[in-house]
Amino acid sequence: MVSNNKQLSPSTILEALEKVMDPEIPVISIVEMGLIRNVSVGQVHITVQMTPTFSGCPALQTIKADIERCVRDLGGEKVVVETVLDPPWSSDWITDQGREKLRKFGLAPPPKHGGRIEVTFFESAACPYCDSQRTVLKNDFGPTLCRSIYYCNSCQQPFEQFKAL
Amino acid sequence: MKETTDARIDEQLVQFTLSMADDELILAHRNSEWTGHAPILEEDIAFSNIAQDELGHASLWYDLCCNLSDDDPDRLVFFRTPDEYRNVLMVELPKSDWAFTIARQYLFDAYELVSLNNLVNSTYRPIAEVAGKIRTEEIYHYRHTSSWIKRLGLGTEESNMRTQKALNELWSFAGQLFIDSPSIQMLADSGVAPRSEILRQEWEEIVVPFLQDSGFLIPSAEPVDAIRGDHTGNLTSLLAEMQEVARTDPSAKW
Repeated sequence: MVSNNKQLSPSTILEALEKVMDPEIPVISIVEMGLIRNVSVGQVHITVQMTPTFSGCPALQTIKADIERCVRDLGGEKVVVETVLDPPWSSDWITDQGREKLRKFGLAPPPKHGGRIEVTFFESAACPYCDSQRTVLKNDFGPTLCRSIYYCNSCQQPFEQFKAL
Repeated sequence: MKETTDARIDEQLVQFTLSMADDELILAHRNSEWTGHAPILEEDIAFSNIAQDELGHASLWYDLCCNLSDDDPDRLVFFRTPDEYRNVLMVELPKSDWAFTIARQYLFDAYELVSLNNLVNSTYRPIAEVAGKIRTEEIYHYRHTSSWIKRLGLGTEESNMRTQKALNELWSFAGQLFIDSPSIQMLADSGVAPRSEILRQEWEEIVVPFLQDSGFLIPSAEPVDAIRGDHTGNLTSLLAEMQEVARTDPSAKW
């Protein structure tokens, strides 16, 4: 049984992974989220390295399974999804395209922090609906590990922000 | 397998990572007890998140432990008996009132931050990586509980009194986090984990001024006379609840 892994290139696989969406935020792909660190094609198996966002996130298992299915659908016979913890995932890794998709979805994108999250604690979030800065943080924690809850005083709607990590 | 080159250190590593994991797991369970019962909806959400984060952290530590000991995280969580657990007493104490929960969480979060800030420099790479990951999330916990300490301390007479009482009760339990042992010394000598004395000093540098600024008196109490592995009846009842479903059918697939 000869593996047909050799016919697949890392870039083909990466392109396919761009269609694997985040299970909880279905408008953004795991590639745009900055989750995929590396794809390599070996003699025996294909390795996809990913970095988890929040360690307790229940979507991580689904994402792993989705990656495996995606590569197998391409014809890759043996795929291993490796979790890499170092460097830890940073919300700064979300692509600009991804950030825009979050905003359109109604989720304020995370402020960029350049490695120092504390600097974001004093920033106001722009309302994803009306773009106003007259917003207030209601809760550092939200319906999922990755979101905090805000309220916009201009359009008077609550909204969520993807947390800076 | 990620062992070091020294079998004695490896054995200490198993105990160390297990201790870290058990602290997170038991505290997560206590925090989850507020789900549906917190004083306001925002805190119901906050503590459920904090508990879920802690389960994620426990999971990272159990994975490390099991890589070294060839064990299984589910077995460790659901099928060990209370005397096999390695958490400190502080995390198994009942959740009590809001002031107690906040005081306990604050003292533990501050300890976790100084611990993680040291562990990111561990000479044992897997620990450094896990610490680096956990630290990014832990900062939100500390932010949350330190805000509450201020609110409770400078709020009303009642909020200050309840929290001061909680701090007085908790102080000797917090001391257990910094008790030295040959095991810790061995890990510190090889650069794997920080010395207890360093942790205690760094912890006091944070919590003492902060508590004072929040209107509290610093209790004086000797560390509780206990080592990791000593437990109260609190852990027995906690585990009876936590392990009940899994133990009903040990062969079930989840």
